[in-house]
Amino acid sequence: MELIESPLQDLKKEVSTGTTIIAVQYQDGVIIGADSRTSSGSYAVNRVTDKLTPVHDYIYCLRSGSAADTQIIASYVSYYLNMFSIEEGCLPTVKKAAHMFREFCYQNKQYLLASIIVAGWDEENGGCVYNVPLGGSIIKQPFAIGGSGSSYLYGYCDIHFKENMTEEEAISFVSKGITEAIARDGSSGGICRIATINKDGVKRRTIYGNELQKFWEK
Amino acid sequence: MQKGGFNFDLYQRNVELIEKNNYKVPKTTKTGTTIVGVVFSDGVVLGADTRATSGPIVADPNCEKIHKISDYIWCAGAGTAADTENTTGMISLQLELLSLSTGRSPRVRTALTLLKNFLFRYHGYISAALVLGGVDFTGPHLHMIHPHGSTSTLPYISMGSGSLAAMAVLETGYNSKMGEEDAKSLVHQAILSGILNDLGSGGNVDLCVIKHKSMEFFRNVDTTNSKRKFRKKLPYMFKSGSTKILEKEIEEKMRKMEIVNEKESQIEELEEL
Repeated sequence: MELIESPLQDLKKEVSTGTTIIAVQYQDGVIIGADSRTSSGSYAVNRVTDKLTPVHDYIYCLRSGSAADTQIIASYVSYYLNMFSIEEGCLPTVKKAAHMFREFCYQNKQYLLASIIVAGWDEENGGCVYNVPLGGSIIKQPFAIGGSGSSYLYGYCDIHFKENMTEEEAISFVSKGITEAIARDGSSGGICRIATINKDGVKRRTIYGNELQKFWEK
Repeated sequence: MQKGGFNFDLYQRNVELIEKNNYKVPKTTKTGTTIVGVVFSDGVVLGADTRATSGPIVADPNCEKIHKISDYIWCAGAGTAADTENTTGMISLQLELLSLSTGRSPRVRTALTLLKNFLFRYHGYISAALVLGGVDFTGPHLHMIHPHGSTSTLPYISMGSGSLAAMAVLETGYNSKMGEEDAKSLVHQAILSGILNDLGSGGNVDLCVIKHKSMEFFRNVDTTNSKRKFRKKLPYMFKSGSTKILEKEIEEKMRKMEIVNEKESQIEELEEL
């Protein structure tokens, strides 16, 4: 007699942020955005997740892959980054944060399932976006997309991305991208969380479901 | 020399026993469970059912699934009963020591970090899914912790096999301006929904209301589900004389004691110091 039916098997699966994450460089810094769904199989464990995780004052990471792995890695990097910046007496560069993520992801690649985008602002280089995908490689890019929903955005990004966008243009680029991915990817959903990082600090905003842009559907 | 961690040396032997010798694997007691937590204006309400199952059998119809981490930080656990009890017990000890050494009252956040780091180290093999709730000096907090070590902070949470049923009730009834009575009633309804609709949950409803410097535990708030007509009263008591005495043998223990050595003088020397 089967006491536990198939929908409940989902709860035994590892929790993953089956996700859409985008980060883009603009005139004064970076804009980062993510959806808000954390799934365990086909059950949405958390429909209002915050995947934009601060690792330092001006540096954020966007998490996709296993929720547990990425949370722990972000904790470690945040700890080490804070220690270094206190010892050196200055703010860390985004490059340092990204390389630290890379070190964790590469050296422990057998045990981890983590694909992370590191984005932020520093004095020397302005806004920077680094992509640290599954195997632990590191690539500096003007914009980066990640997660299961990103498959649907390669075309969109290639056509619509421009260098040195203004803040409004960049926010529109990110929010439309997230909306499109949420519409097409089953593992992405919920609300769209966006943050602007520039020399003035971090400004966060949320775009709720009914405010998200509708494309061809009426 | 292996220090700690899991030992998989007997894995091969176990596989052979099961396949060739038809050995029956002993079942772990799982809490196929419904556990729920809700934040309200002044604090947190935790709720749980009370059924512990061992395969298809109910091992304990009235177990306690809400564990104490500290006076105003409590944790409801789903998954393997041994894992939830021992994990929460261990973290409760660590938190007490930490609070004594820092001289500060414990925070829910600290318990969360201790639990998530502990569970992450075991890669999900420790099957403990927890709803951690409490009120510290920073206010009321509610977190969910998965066996792999990922956590989420939410205003209302349900976990366990009955979580789908309970979440349906929570999503319908939750509002951010709830008071204590509304929150208690919502948690009660959510657990009841899990008990009635999930086969792995059952028994009675336990509630735990935590507010600033106050904790109320309502054990067995709702026992409508356990009123069975033909239940024998526990514990089993047998009338004296119901077991027949076949043989009687009395052994005098005192005779077996021998005085080996008298060392009175040594004791006197110590007392002088």
